[in-house]
Amino acid sequence: MLSFIAQRVAKGVVVLLAIIVLNFFLIRLAPGDPAIVMAGEAGASDQVFVNQLREKFGLDKPLPEQLFRYVRGIASFDLGFSFRQQMPVSKLILERLPATLLLTLTAFAISLSFGILFGVFAARFAGTWGDTAITALALVFYATPLFWIALMAILLFSVTLDWLPSFGYETVGANYTGIAHVLDVGAHLVMPAATIGLFFMATYTRMTRASMLEVNRLDFVKTARAKGLRNNLIQRRHVLRNALLPVVTLAGVHSGTLIGGAVLTETVFAWPGIGRLMYEALLQRDYNLLLGVFVVCSAMVLIFNLATDLVYRLVDPRIEFST
Amino acid sequence: MLKRVLVSLFMVCGANAMAVAQEPKLGGVINAVIQPEPPGLMLALIQNGPTQMVSGNIFEGLLRYSPKLEPLPGLAESWTVSDDSKTYTFKLKPGVTWHDGKPFTSADVLFSIEMLKQTHARARGNMVQVEKVEAPDDLTVVFTLKQPFGPFLGIFEVGSLPMIPKHLYEGTDFKTNANNNAPIGTGPFMFKEWQKGSFIQLVKNPNYHVKGKPYIDAIYWQVIPDAAARSVAFETGKVDVLPGGSVENFDVPRLSKLKDTCVTGAGWEFFSPLAWMWLNNRTGPTANKKVRQAIMHAVDREFAKEVIWNGLGKVATGPSASTIKFYTDDVPKYPFDPAKAKALLKEAGYKGEKVRLMPLPYGETWQRWGEAVKQNLVDVGFNIETIATDVPGSNQKIGDWDYDISFTYLYQYGDPALGVGRNYVSSQIVKGQQFNNVEGYSNPEIDKLFAEGAVATPDSKRKEIYEKAQKILVEDVPVAWMLELQFPTITRCKIKNLITTAIGVNDGFRDAWIDK
Repeated sequence: MLSFIAQRVAKGVVVLLAIIVLNFFLIRLAPGDPAIVMAGEAGASDQVFVNQLREKFGLDKPLPEQLFRYVRGIASFDLGFSFRQQMPVSKLILERLPATLLLTLTAFAISLSFGILFGVFAARFAGTWGDTAITALALVFYATPLFWIALMAILLFSVTLDWLPSFGYETVGANYTGIAHVLDVGAHLVMPAATIGLFFMATYTRMTRASMLEVNRLDFVKTARAKGLRNNLIQRRHVLRNALLPVVTLAGVHSGTLIGGAVLTETVFAWPGIGRLMYEALLQRDYNLLLGVFVVCSAMVLIFNLATDLVYRLVDPRIEFST
Repeated sequence: MLKRVLVSLFMVCGANAMAVAQEPKLGGVINAVIQPEPPGLMLALIQNGPTQMVSGNIFEGLLRYSPKLEPLPGLAESWTVSDDSKTYTFKLKPGVTWHDGKPFTSADVLFSIEMLKQTHARARGNMVQVEKVEAPDDLTVVFTLKQPFGPFLGIFEVGSLPMIPKHLYEGTDFKTNANNNAPIGTGPFMFKEWQKGSFIQLVKNPNYHVKGKPYIDAIYWQVIPDAAARSVAFETGKVDVLPGGSVENFDVPRLSKLKDTCVTGAGWEFFSPLAWMWLNNRTGPTANKKVRQAIMHAVDREFAKEVIWNGLGKVATGPSASTIKFYTDDVPKYPFDPAKAKALLKEAGYKGEKVRLMPLPYGETWQRWGEAVKQNLVDVGFNIETIATDVPGSNQKIGDWDYDISFTYLYQYGDPALGVGRNYVSSQIVKGQQFNNVEGYSNPEIDKLFAEGAVATPDSKRKEIYEKAQKILVEDVPVAWMLELQFPTITRCKIKNLITTAIGVNDGFRDAWIDK
């Protein structure tokens, strides 16, 4: 198992390097650069000002030299300096990471637990009105754009009912501590987490239902029934466990991309996380910050993919690690 | 209808203000929206809108400006001008201290000017006119100009020439100075905390040099990136101030109708944002003057004002906004007249060549305006291709002159020599930038008039020169002037005196108070 992990990590490093190089050039293909953006924001500029900015950001150097410097920095865990935010990229990302993790892990927990629960229920009672209702709702949440759900939730729960705050991570200026702070953050978390969670929940519900129905038709289930096992036991111990493999795969893929996937939700709810940082970096052509977020997101995907492979083994003991 | 609502709201607010001269009350907190989040608060290094809005509370300039653009005392309590209009002597206010307790003196003024010449594009441009700056004593600063410069007294607002503490910046690398993250100024509010992505907190300066001010205890500038979410934040009472441009224009009438909500268009007199369309004078159909004139007749600017901008603003008559010095409306007129536009196009020999139109990627209002203009132009026979891009892409294309028609709006800074000439004189045709003569218009007579206008005395002579320049420009249509924009500031009515000068919320909340 250790050699399996070591080999996957080694491959991961190569993939990460390829991602860095590719992204380095890709984001520079877009028109405009940070100096142009900042000169634009200043509302007045001259060539001296733009040249100063380019020199300050190292953009006056040839591209290969810029890439070499960046990769050399990454090798020593230095993600560079944010042109616009005037701060080291690693500091910016670390500052925002807790908020994003809180949001995405909550959304992930909600979506996975309820998604599997509803999927199992729908499969168990396939063809009933309960199954139809769950399938229809899952389809609606799967197909509806996140930002629309977010705006409708704000309209209902903030504007009309005044139950939940519409933006931010906490009540600014309230200076809550202890349990009051936890409750305050929790109240701010409900809508953004539910918004992200609904989409993924719909996905897991549909996947679990389909997978359960498929496994139910397999021979070993018939055998289990022929042996006289109770249906609940068959569903729990045999069907669900086998049906979960594709769900775990999907969850593995999603968990890595959840950080990037929170861009829209973090923007609409003014949640101070990495998704928003990435969105702003993109609009401002903040190359280092954008690359830094890509590196972190890519690393997350690689780590979660590895974790998914390890979880496979736990879910299905028939799977063996091979290098 | 919408316009009536807004007008009546303006009137109600105005009436309230005049009804009783209330005694300001101490205390309270103002929650205001800031968007986008500023990259930093060090005004000498960063001059974008949000930075000016927050840092206008921390830093100060030598002068402030009334809504009629008359200079008012700031850190300078008085000033005199020599008979030859070449020497300006400023007397600084005594007893002013920086937030760290050190005294503010003429040495700080001299240092600020030297620093800004290195870091501040607009200040550098303005200081070209200055031969030397001297400080005969701690409270006197003397500027000697190379030649008379008409708008000289107009360059001292906080965003154009902020005062920077010499004792904290001298001999340091300005860009990496630790004080950039917690700036020290002389202003009514002091920097307290910045939670990136969430809020910036400023607190009252207890030692502020204007006795009794500021009245409020703290300001929270809240960062809310989505325009709809900013509207909701105001609607649900989480923020009290939406500075101009914070919400989409079509949301303004709805928010204006909310209980205890006041709307004002004041505070933009100095900047006078004027919207126009760059027309590429170099190549393509827009290089032809008749085609440019046809565009002016083809575009329904009244419709844009009434529908897209909800009745706010004013149809522009030429290169100067009506709020800045030496404006005249005695210029050729271009009413909405599609038939005339078609005739001009025929005269110009336009054969349906493709014309690229680039709307300004600043949100929904601007996108809708782009669509409306496209429709107007198609109706008179133009073959329009809309180019969609984001802000950096738009900046790049404009700077590279890679467009046919492109929207923009620019500030005018109160005087044609500061904010108008730069867009029309041929010395400002410099590739790679977005705020100069991007259209590529070149007319020796205009070059001469703007050069003379900047240094002419007295003002009557300047008036004559600039009026002539306006007439020539409007005849030539180097760009298509659209609207004098108005970005209404929306507040809770209990907040009084928020806007008292020509730069509005950028001048800080030193006079604001909350009627509890």
